[in-house]
Amino acid sequence: MAVDHNAFITEETIEGDADAEGPLAGTTVAVKDNISTEGIRTTCGSEMLADYVPPYSATVVDRLTEAGATVVGKTNMDEFGMGTTTETSAFGPTRNPVDPERVPGGSSGGSAAAVAAGEADVALGSDTGGSVRCPAAFCGVVGIKPTYGLVSRYGLVAYANSLEQIGPIAGTVEEAAAALDAIAGPDPNDGTTRDLSEVEGADPDASYAAAADGDVDGLTIGVPTELFDGADERVVETVEDAIAELEARGAETTEISLPSVEHAVQAYYVIAMAEASSNLARFDGVRYGNRAESDGNWNESFAETREEGFGAEVKRRVLLGTYALSAGYHDKYYKKAQDARAWVRRDFEDAFADVDVIASPTMPVLPFELGESLDDPLRMYLADANTTPVNLANLPAISVPAGEADGLPVGLQLVGPKFDEETVIRAASAVEDAS
Amino acid sequence: MSDTSESTDDAGEAPDGGDDAATAVDAEEVRHVADLARVRLDDDEVAAFADQFGDILDYFEALDEVPETEREEELVNVMRPDEVEGGLSQEEALSNAEETEDGFFVGPKVS
Repeated sequence: MAVDHNAFITEETIEGDADAEGPLAGTTVAVKDNISTEGIRTTCGSEMLADYVPPYSATVVDRLTEAGATVVGKTNMDEFGMGTTTETSAFGPTRNPVDPERVPGGSSGGSAAAVAAGEADVALGSDTGGSVRCPAAFCGVVGIKPTYGLVSRYGLVAYANSLEQIGPIAGTVEEAAAALDAIAGPDPNDGTTRDLSEVEGADPDASYAAAADGDVDGLTIGVPTELFDGADERVVETVEDAIAELEARGAETTEISLPSVEHAVQAYYVIAMAEASSNLARFDGVRYGNRAESDGNWNESFAETREEGFGAEVKRRVLLGTYALSAGYHDKYYKKAQDARAWVRRDFEDAFADVDVIASPTMPVLPFELGESLDDPLRMYLADANTTPVNLANLPAISVPAGEADGLPVGLQLVGPKFDEETVIRAASAVEDAS
Repeated sequence: MSDTSESTDDAGEAPDGGDDAATAVDAEEVRHVADLARVRLDDDEVAAFADQFGDILDYFEALDEVPETEREEELVNVMRPDEVEGGLSQEEALSNAEETEDGFFVGPKVS
C-alpha cells in the first residue's frame, strides 16, 4: 500500500469457504467494525470497546464467508456510527482515497475507502441515516441500503435499531448486488427480518446481481424538488446530467413533491438519539468494554466509565436523546418525530403510486475537507438531508457514481418501494453504463 | 440512559409553551441530563454542549409544524417455539468482563 488512508482499524483474516462457487468465491471483503467477528476485536470506532473480542460472528459475516469471500479486516468508522465524516473515530480519521485532504464520508468511511483504494473487492457498512450511501457517494463507489428487514442485524452493535440495516459497498452495482444476494434473507436470530415469500408483492426468488442489466426502458423516475433545493449547484448539475442519460435510455422522468422530507433530518436525529440513549446504556464497564478506575458507587463508576470511553459526539447524542425522552419533553420531541416519520412514509407511498424509483443527489454537498465540520455538529447533521428520509420510511436505496464535479465524486441516490431492490439496482446499473 | 431507577425523571423545566424564543440551554440543564444518563462531563464539555444543544434544539423546534399523522404500523409479533438451543458458554460470556469471580461478573459497589 503506497498511501495509508487509515481505512482499517484491525487487519486480520477470516478465510472464506474455498469450495464455494458463485460470484463471491475468492473475493475479499472488508467489514465495518461495528459488525461482530468471532475472535477478532470489534471496536465500533470507540475507546469503550478498544479491546472487545466478540465470542460469535454476525450472521452477515457467516453468510459472506460461506459464499467464499475472505474477510481482510475491520474498517474504521465514526464512533458507534455517529457521524457523517469518519472523523469521530477514536482511531483517527480515514482519508478519502480520491483526495486525501478530504473526508471519505461516514459513518462507514473505512469500508468505502477500502473499496475505493482497491484494498477489498467488497465491503459491508451499516446505514442508520445514510452511513452506507454517504461514504459511497464521497468515495465514488456504489452503496446499497436495503429495505428494513431484508438483512439480518444479528451481531451488529446497535445504535438505532428501528432505522439501521447492514448494506454492501463495491466498485460496481453488480458486485454490490451480488454481495446483497449473499447476505439477504430471514434469520431466526433477528425477529425483524422478513421471509419474502410472506411479503405481499415481493419476489422471494429475486436475484439482485441479475437485476443489474441496465435496462431502464419504460421506467418512470420521480424527481423530488425538495431534495434538489439547497444542494450545491455542482452536485445538482452532475446529478441532472446522469438523470438525462437515463432518459436517453428510455426512462421517463416526472417532477414530484415530498413535502414531509423538510422535517426528515429533525425527526431522524430525535429518533436516532433517543434510541442511542437507550442502547448505549449497556456500556457500563461490567460485562464488556473498558471500565474506569473508580472509587465511587456504581452510578459514579458508570458515569466515569462513559466519560473515559465515549467521545464527544457519542456523549452529545446520548444526552440529547435522554433529554428528548425525559418527562415534559417527550411529547414535544419524540412524539412529533414519530408523526413526522409516519408522514414521510406516507409521502413516499403516495409517490410510488405514480413512479417506479425516486432520484436525487445522495449528498447535497461535495466531500468536506478534513476538520471542516467537526466543531459544528448541526452543520454535519444537515448534510444528511437526502439520506435520512429513506431510513425513516424503511425503504431500499442505492448510491451510484453520477460523475465528478471539480474532480470530486458525486453520488446519485435512487430510492424504491419496499423490498423492490431489483428496480433500484437495475436503474443504478444504467447510470453506471452511461458514465 | 438510566441504569438504576428514576427513569421517568424530569430533565428540568418543562417547556412553557407559547414562547417561540430561541431554546436556551444552560450549564445546569446539561449537567442534569448528564446525571440522568450517568455520563460524567468536564466543565469545558458542559459549556460546549450548552451552546450546541441550544442550536440543535432550536432546529428541532420545526417539528412543531408537523401535523398529527395517523400511524399505520405494520408491526406483528414474531413468535417461535421456546426450544433449548446452544448458546455461549459461561466462559465465553465472561471473556470480555473487566472483573469476574466464581463464574460471575463483578460490578462496582452499590453504595
